[in-house]
Amino acid sequence: MKFKALTAIAALMVAAPALTFADPDDDTLVIEGQEMVTKTDLPAHMEDANMDMIMSGWHFRSDETQALQMDDFDNPGMIFVDQALDNWESVEGSAGKSCASCHEGPESLAGVRATYPKWNEDAGEVRTIAMQVNSCRTENMGAEPYKYDSTQMAAMEALITLQSRGMPVDVAIDGPAAETWEKGQEIYYTRYGQLELSCASCHEENYGNMIRADHLSQGQINGFPTYRLKNAKLNTVHGRFKGCVRDTRAETFSPGSPEFVALELYVASRGNGLSVEGPSVRN
Amino acid sequence: MADGVRPRVKAPRSAEAGEVVTIKTLISHKMESGQRKNKDGSVIPRSIINRFTCEFNGTSVLDVKMEPAISTNPYFEFEATIPEAGDMKFTWYDDDGSVYEDTKTIKVG
Repeated sequence: MKFKALTAIAALMVAAPALTFADPDDDTLVIEGQEMVTKTDLPAHMEDANMDMIMSGWHFRSDETQALQMDDFDNPGMIFVDQALDNWESVEGSAGKSCASCHEGPESLAGVRATYPKWNEDAGEVRTIAMQVNSCRTENMGAEPYKYDSTQMAAMEALITLQSRGMPVDVAIDGPAAETWEKGQEIYYTRYGQLELSCASCHEENYGNMIRADHLSQGQINGFPTYRLKNAKLNTVHGRFKGCVRDTRAETFSPGSPEFVALELYVASRGNGLSVEGPSVRN
Repeated sequence: MADGVRPRVKAPRSAEAGEVVTIKTLISHKMESGQRKNKDGSVIPRSIINRFTCEFNGTSVLDVKMEPAISTNPYFEFEATIPEAGDMKFTWYDDDGSVYEDTKTIKVG
């Protein structure tokens, strides 16, 4: 009996160091020779947040998963970029146009991902990249819009994101976007669902800890769209939001809803200064 | 031909004679197993890549028979010794009879 107790204690002591696994590491993310900013100072608006620095979710993943993102050939998200490139060239809709008819090469959209969601003066609203893509499709091409969080939309976002890879996230939160940003901030700190969790409960107060079997990151979205090993496809920001809110056992907002657009702007602004690194790879 | 099939190969442009190099290949393919059913309950027909080969100057390096349980976008990474300069030819055989090819020229020295 005594022997068993001792064995149990020994087993506990061996297991103890494993509890710190969820901590972020200090590796450097270099993608195809380009070094990314994955840790930096808090943006000015986050001074009151209980954090030392902002960091990419890349730091919270295992070495093997991290390596997948460091080589474009190994990054499964790039397959979807290729698919989007085909869609970019293909003519759809009543106007007989493709993306390429107006924008030429996708590289003309360099910098877009870094500044979206962004205030659109003509529409009088804050728009995400997905909203802009669908506005182009319906108004300029006369084509059917993509479903907001569909595979095609995620792929097109990945193609557009890739053009800005390495640029610092820099979304505007002042001026006409301020109202939407404040709404997003309110949603971020509101507790939802039966579990009464806000975004901040996990991603501000408990990043670096485990939630059941998974690591909690800061919930940065600079790496979206994200290829997830668990579902083997690209995941959109709103798809991730929906999953998070669902996990609090709440009724979720819909992808593309004004609430999620506001939240996206706010969460993006929490990553101001980090490099755009999408399409990223996470588990 | 299935939709969206695109072979990709990553191989070094040059190598020393006798050097062992790492080759990475990936082909985007849905790899439909033939086990799944659609909404009506009818079986979705099998559509996979059933064979993958690699040849160097006509000599077989690798010949793989592939089965339905292999997941989407099959990826192969392997090492090969490069004895001399030449062409490395990669071939994927689809169930529907399509053949996809890619060739990489490797210089020596």
